Amino acid sequence: MPLETVSVDTERDVSRVRRAITAYADNLSFDLLARTHLVTAASELARNMLAYAGGGSVRIAKLRHEARVGLKATFEDQGPGIENLDEALSDGFSSSLGLGLGLGGARRLVDDFELETAVGEGTTVSIASWHEPDRHPPGGP
Amino acid sequence: MERIAIAQIGDCLLVTIQVDMHDRLALTLREDLGQRLVQTQATGVLLDISGLDTLDTFIARVLAGIASMSKLLGAETVIIGMRPAVAMTLVELGLTLDGVNTALDVERGMALLRRKNA
Ligand SMILES: Nc1ncnc2c1ncn2[C@@H]1O[C@H](COP(=O)(O)OP(=O)(O)OP(=O)(O)O)[C@@H](O)[C@H]1O
Ligand SMILES: [Mg+2]
Repeated sequence: MPLETVSVDTERDVSRVRRAITAYADNLSFDLLARTHLVTAASELARNMLAYAGGGSVRIAKLRHEARVGLKATFEDQGPGIENLDEALSDGFSSSLGLGLGLGGARRLVDDFELETAVGEGTTVSIASWHEPDRHPPGGP
Repeated sequence: MERIAIAQIGDCLLVTIQVDMHDRLALTLREDLGQRLVQTQATGVLLDISGLDTLDTFIARVLAGIASMSKLLGAETVIIGMRPAVAMTLVELGLTLDGVNTALDVERGMALLRRKNA
């Protein structure tokens, strides 16, 4: 179920993405660590979109699978695409002055990670994390 | 313009970050802090990040940059109150913030600075 689309054109929009995902994760009663992981991954991907593709959009959606609920965010840009994906995903590779931790780090921080890219056309990255609400009652231990 | 306040306690500058720190705000803080260090000749900087619920590679890099800059200007930096979930996320990202002092609260941060500057 789609929840919201945030367009990312400036650095302020990156914090808008963080705030939106924080709010939805709280709404779905994600625990603090899962929320922090997902929001941090989203922040890295929104930043990349802005830095390498000049911007894009983030679609946020709620997922459901049996007893589990998930929060998914899809980062889509029409930038230059990624030529060498293995290289881009490996820690320490950066085409800018970055640390090269964003993409690989984001992948480690979430349950699901998908990346599609075509040189000259753009890049789409989807991330999602899941939890079982009954296992983590809000306000529980 | 929106800024993060810098307070002075004796020889130390205390910065409390309470908001979701967007990039411009972080960079402005770095500049303001540099100026205040020169003006006050403070020997310590306490960066309280207990209000920060996410820290990505960019913000982490700015914080590390603040620590290196402060060192060049004669002050040690201690990062205070990092939330456990934030610390675990940084480890997962592969960011270890080597060379940055950390403490659980302001009091312990002050004690650490006193030892460092003794
Ligand atoms: N949306 C994108 N479009 C085009 N290239 C991208 C995109 N996202 C990432 N890349 C490429 O992948 C590389 C690795 O990205 P990653 O986020 O891991 O590191 P970084 O952004 O260079 O540094 P850091 O994120 O640590 O500051 C980038 O340097 C860039 O070349
Ligand atoms: Mg990056």
